[in-house]
Amino acid sequence: MFLRHAVWYYHAFLYSILRYHVTVRDALNQALDEELERDERVFLLGEEVAQYDGAYKVSRGLWKKYGDKRIIDTPITEMGFAGIAVGAAMAGLRPICEFMTFNFSMQAIDQVINSAAKTYYMSAGLQPVPIVFRGPNGASAGVAAQHSQCFAAWYGHCPGLKVVSPWSAEDAKGLLKSAIRDDNPVVFLENELMYGVPFEMSEEAQSKDFLLPIGKAKIERQGNHVTLVSHSRMVSLCLDAAAVLAKEGIECEVINMRTIRPLDAEAIETSVMKTNHLITVEGGWPQFGVGAEILARIMEGPAFNFLDAPAVRVTGVDIPMPYAKILEDNSIPQIKDIIFSVKKTLNV
Amino acid sequence: MRKMLTIISNVLRGSASRNGAELVSEKCDLHKLEEGPPLQAVLTREEGLQYYRTMQTIRRMELKADQLYKQKIIRGFCHLYDGQEACAVGIETGINLSDHLITAYRAHGYTLTRGGTVREIMAELTGRRGGIAKGKGGSMHMYTKHFYGGNGIVGAQVPLGAGVALACKYLGNNEICVCLYGDGAANQGQIFETYNMASLWKLPCIFICENNKYGMGTSVERAAASTDYYKRGDFIPGLRLDGMDVLCVREATKFAAEHCRSGKGPILMELQTYRYHGHSMSDPGVSYRTREEIQEVRSKSDPISMLKDRMLSNNMASVEELKEIDVEVRKEIEDAAQFATTDPEPPLDDLCNHIFYNDPPMEVRGTNPWTKLKSVS
Repeated sequence: MFLRHAVWYYHAFLYSILRYHVTVRDALNQALDEELERDERVFLLGEEVAQYDGAYKVSRGLWKKYGDKRIIDTPITEMGFAGIAVGAAMAGLRPICEFMTFNFSMQAIDQVINSAAKTYYMSAGLQPVPIVFRGPNGASAGVAAQHSQCFAAWYGHCPGLKVVSPWSAEDAKGLLKSAIRDDNPVVFLENELMYGVPFEMSEEAQSKDFLLPIGKAKIERQGNHVTLVSHSRMVSLCLDAAAVLAKEGIECEVINMRTIRPLDAEAIETSVMKTNHLITVEGGWPQFGVGAEILARIMEGPAFNFLDAPAVRVTGVDIPMPYAKILEDNSIPQIKDIIFSVKKTLNV
Repeated sequence: MRKMLTIISNVLRGSASRNGAELVSEKCDLHKLEEGPPLQAVLTREEGLQYYRTMQTIRRMELKADQLYKQKIIRGFCHLYDGQEACAVGIETGINLSDHLITAYRAHGYTLTRGGTVREIMAELTGRRGGIAKGKGGSMHMYTKHFYGGNGIVGAQVPLGAGVALACKYLGNNEICVCLYGDGAANQGQIFETYNMASLWKLPCIFICENNKYGMGTSVERAAASTDYYKRGDFIPGLRLDGMDVLCVREATKFAAEHCRSGKGPILMELQTYRYHGHSMSDPGVSYRTREEIQEVRSKSDPISMLKDRMLSNNMASVEELKEIDVEVRKEIEDAAQFATTDPEPPLDDLCNHIFYNDPPMEVRGTNPWTKLKSVS
C-alpha cells in the first residue's frame, strides 16, 4: 500500500518537473503554431520547412496541421524566395522567411536590407513591411568556415531592422511571437546548439498570449563586482563562468541582451554604474562587432565615469572557423576565457 | 462656310465615336502559346483622347524634369521615360487600379498611371515636403496604392512582384501583379529564380520586359546571349509585341491578365520600345547609339504621334481638339513645376521619422553622442 503511494508520488513529482521543461526548439515550434493559428495572414516559407518538418525540426508538425498554403517548401533559391517573402509582406501578408542558416541569407541580403529594411522610410510611411527572417546563426559544431558565421553585427548595423537574439526557451517563444506580431522587418537569430537545450518554462510563458518586448534585456543573474553582457548561447557560458567565480567570492551580474537592435543600452549602463566593470561576451568576430558597439556606447554615455577599469570584449577569434575539433574549440570563447578576463579586469 | 464644315465634321466624328474605330494591330510573336491577343480592337473616342492626354502628360512631365535637372533643381539620379509612354499607358488600360504593379527606377510614368499626380511626382523629384514620398525617396522611390515603386536595385523588384502575386493568390482576391524589368535586368539570376517559383506555384504574375535596346550604355547584343526576352522564361508562355503602339500593349495586357486570372500561372510579355533620353540625366545617350537612330524612332515610331495619326485618320478627333489637350497638359505641367520649385523642403524634424511602423516614438542617435533626435512612426 505504502509502496503504491510512493510510486504514485514519484511519478507525479517527475511529471511536474518534465511538464514545465521545454526545449528551445519546442518553444519556437509552439510560437510558430500559436501565431499561425491566431492570424490567417501569417505563413512560413523556406527550404524543407514543410514536408521535411524543418531542417532542424523547428517547424515539425506544422505542414501536417496547416497545409501547403501556409507552410511552403521553396527551391534552393534564397535571393528569389526572400524577395518573394518581402513582396508578400508589402501586399498585406505576414510572412516568416526561414533561412536554413543565416550564412545563406548573404545571398539574399539585398532583399533584407534594400527591399525590407529601408522601404518604410523611403516611402515616408506609405509602405510597411511586416516580415520575420529567422534561422540558426553563428557557430555550430564541425560545420567549418562557410557555415559558422555570426551575423548579429551585420544586421545590427542597419536602420529599419529589428534584430533579436534569444537565449532560453522563454526568450525564444516570447520574442518570436513578438517578432511575428511586429509590423516591421525583424531578423530573428536562433542558435543550432541551443535548439535541444531544455529550460524551465513558467506558467505565464505557457499562455498563448505570452509576449516578450523586443528591445529589453534581462538580468539573468544579479551581482555586484562585474557586468557580463552577452546574447544567445554565450549567455550559458557567462552563467557557468559566474558559478565558478562565485566560489571565489566574485559575484558577476549576467545580462542577457535578448535584442541586438534596438540595443538596451540603459540596462547595461545601470548595471555598470553598480558594478563598475564591464565585459561583453559574444561568439562573433571582434572587429566592428556587437561588443564594439556596446563599449562605444558606454564610452559615450553616463556609465563611463563609473568604470574602474577599461571595458573589454570577449569574442570569437578573428579567423574563419576551422574544422578540427581542437581548432574549433579554440576559435570561440570558452568558460575559462571569461573567467580569465574577469580576473584581469578586476585585477585579481 | 467654315462653320458648316465644322458642323459636318462634328457630325461625322460623332458617328465614328458612337461605334469607336476598329483598328488593326500587328501580330505578336508567341512562345508556348497556341494563340495570342486579338488582332483587332475597338478604340473609342473617349479612350483615344484619354490615352493621348496621359501619354502627352508623361512626355511633358519628363521633358520638364530634364529642364529642371539641367537647372540643378533636381539632383542625383533621374531616369526619364520619354519614348516609352505607350507601355505605361497601355498596361494600365489593360488592368484595373485594384491590380498591382511594380517596376524599376524608370518609374515616373507608372507613378502617374497608378494614381500619383504630376504635382506630387515633380515635388518628389525636387525633394520637397509636398512630394509623393515627402521628399524622402526621390526619383527612384515613389509609391502609391498598389504600386510598389520605384526600385533602385536592378532586378530586385522581380521577386518582390512575384511575392505580391503570391499574396493575391493567397487572399483569393482575383487580383494580379504586373512586374516590370528592363532588357538589362533580364539577365539577372534572381529573375530566373522568380520564373521558377512563379511557375511552380502558379502565381498570377505578368512579367513584362521593357526592351528599349540598351542596358545603360550596353546594347542588347553585347549583354545577352539570347535577345528573345519573351522566350527567356522558358516554361513560361510569352509574347513579344510593339511597345510603341498603345493599343497593341493594351490588348496584350488584357490577354495576359485573363491568362493569370484564370489560374494558368505566370506569363511573360516583351515590349519593344525606345527611350529618347540616355540611361539617366548623367548619360547624354549618344556615345553608344547614333543621333540618326534616335531621330528615326522619333519620326517613324513615336507612340504619341502614332496615336494622333490614328485618331485623325479615323476621324475620331480634330487637330484643334488635340492641340487643346496639349495646351491643357502644358498648363498642368507648368503649375506642377511651379509648385515643385516653390514648395519648401521637408522640415528637419522629419529626418528620423518613418523608421518603424506602428511603434512608439524612439530616440535616434545624431551625428555625435550629444545629439539625440526624435523618431515617430
